[in-house]
Amino acid sequence: MSDMNALAAETPAPPSPAGRKSRSLAADAWHDLRRSKIFWAALVIIVVVLLMAIWPSLFTSADPHDCVLSRRHRGASGGAIFGYDYQGCDVYAKTVYGARYSILVGVCSVLLAGVIGLTVGLAAGYFGGWLDALLSRFVDVMLGVPFLLGAIVLGKRLAAEPGNSNGVLAVTLTLGILGWTTGARVMRSSVIEAKNQDYVAAARMVGAGPARLIFRHVLPNAMAPFTVVLTILLGINIASEATLSFLGVGLKGDAVSWGISISEATGYVRVAPGPLIWPSVFLAATVLAFIMLGDAVRDAFDPKLR
Amino acid sequence: MSDASDLVLETRNLVKHFPITQGVVFKSKVGAVRAVDGVDLQLRRGETLGIVGESGCGKSTLAKLLVSLEKPTSGEVIVRGENMARLSGQSLRRARRNIQMVLQDPYTSLNPRMTVGDIIGEPFAVHPDAVPRAGRARAVQELLDLVGLNPDHVNRYPHQFSGGQRQRIGIARALALRPEIIVCDEPVSALDVSIQGQVINLLESLQHELGLSYIFIAHDLSVVRHISDRVAVMYLGKIVESGYHLAIYEQPTHPYTQALLSAVPVPDPRLRGRRDLIELEGDVPSPADPPSGCRFRTRCWKAQPYCADHEPLLQIRQRSPHPSACHYAEIRDVIRY
Repeated sequence: MSDMNALAAETPAPPSPAGRKSRSLAADAWHDLRRSKIFWAALVIIVVVLLMAIWPSLFTSADPHDCVLSRRHRGASGGAIFGYDYQGCDVYAKTVYGARYSILVGVCSVLLAGVIGLTVGLAAGYFGGWLDALLSRFVDVMLGVPFLLGAIVLGKRLAAEPGNSNGVLAVTLTLGILGWTTGARVMRSSVIEAKNQDYVAAARMVGAGPARLIFRHVLPNAMAPFTVVLTILLGINIASEATLSFLGVGLKGDAVSWGISISEATGYVRVAPGPLIWPSVFLAATVLAFIMLGDAVRDAFDPKLR
Repeated sequence: MSDASDLVLETRNLVKHFPITQGVVFKSKVGAVRAVDGVDLQLRRGETLGIVGESGCGKSTLAKLLVSLEKPTSGEVIVRGENMARLSGQSLRRARRNIQMVLQDPYTSLNPRMTVGDIIGEPFAVHPDAVPRAGRARAVQELLDLVGLNPDHVNRYPHQFSGGQRQRIGIARALALRPEIIVCDEPVSALDVSIQGQVINLLESLQHELGLSYIFIAHDLSVVRHISDRVAVMYLGKIVESGYHLAIYEQPTHPYTQALLSAVPVPDPRLRGRRDLIELEGDVPSPADPPSGCRFRTRCWKAQPYCADHEPLLQIRQRSPHPSACHYAEIRDVIRY
């Protein structure tokens, strides 16, 4: 360890070895990420799924709405490599076209839940006192609302708003508004843990204000558990969108999504498992990719693991 | 030497009570932990005042009060004629520059996600007028050099350093704003014995170089003996004896000091077992409910009924040439090595 040299206080410091440039935390993180196989695997999956969401016609020329009942539950043939579902629709085409709404609803609702959860958890944990009591009890109340009941009431109300034709906005808002509580609780506890650390006291002693304390010291050291909760929430929300669509408060009309495909296919598992398995595989791979990406990024930004 | 103009830090009847509350929403106060209960200290320029006492006697709370990490319940902390306890906002921020602290645990006192350069440079970021922006990187490297670390290590993270090196980083951070006073809250107790000496020597040489005044808090009497000019012994939130370090170490008059000193390990095996060993019985009473009169009486072999009713003041007594808070203070030669 070259660190040991530094202990010899009297010897003048040796000149820095050439080539060791000073790097920021972000540059260090990128340096690490580039070598991470998990990061690249996750990135490839996410890019493919995003392409699917943006230009589904790149992946299939078939129309997901071209359904012929006579093809019901038929096996793979020609372009329909995943076979046909109970209505005789091309499962592959439906899966490709389903990416758009699943990703859109999943990512946006998680972002919304993340912003609310971060703000509430940070405020409750950092400021404590009556604000903490108020916010924590509010979280308790939110957690007490049964998810389906809350989603139906909220979803119906939001869906009635004008300018909401396909129901994407309503579902996203519903999932975001009902999904932030766990994140807020996790955030609150890790903020409380971080703010009592000695280095926060040291910064306070120097005279650092609340903004510096929060954004330089508390938040960076409290984010890790929160990001894990969010990546898990992404999978949950993509699946919940299906539940809501099934109940009639989700996506409307002839919208296709993985969730809808999965919930439709569950009734016919024993007859034809394909229509259930393929969207599920895509869903699982996407969620896994986001979790892996979250993990890789979090580790890369943690100097202790470098 | 004891000129009043030399005073850099003074506390007057400093008190900190932590309320014990019941209930979550409607809190009611059911008592108070008297962590620091009326402490008067004076610190002169270039001097080291050692504060010793066992765990839970209020040493660390006292340190936090001195650097305004806690607001005192009552009393004053006077730095450069200003009562820090009354200040807030900008004026407190400015006053903080005169008094900084080295924290106890070098493993938790450095933000793991900041580079050493950012950690030591943080005081400059908080006080932009301390060093012009262009000179900050240079100033940080000078500080690293001053505490005996390689100035090229500014981009390393704390976990890449050993405990002793981390404590040097903590010292560099405390020095950044060029304070007159540094409060050292057990700065070496978390370090290996071999490293403790290096850090103590560094603190001493910095004191000579920069003319610093130290408040040196420790439970290790031999460390305090080495570095201190004057020593104050604390028990249950109060100072029980204070004086120049020879007076305390050679001629202790308070029974608690005598017991503390008798517990110091003796390096010479021939003297082992030959000296006066005082074993105290029982634990430190709860600071939420301290004994009446003299707080030490529950564990004191000299205690009389008089001690329960009359609180002994910290003053020079007939048989104690330096201030001692015991009615029956007298010199007892506990230790000689």
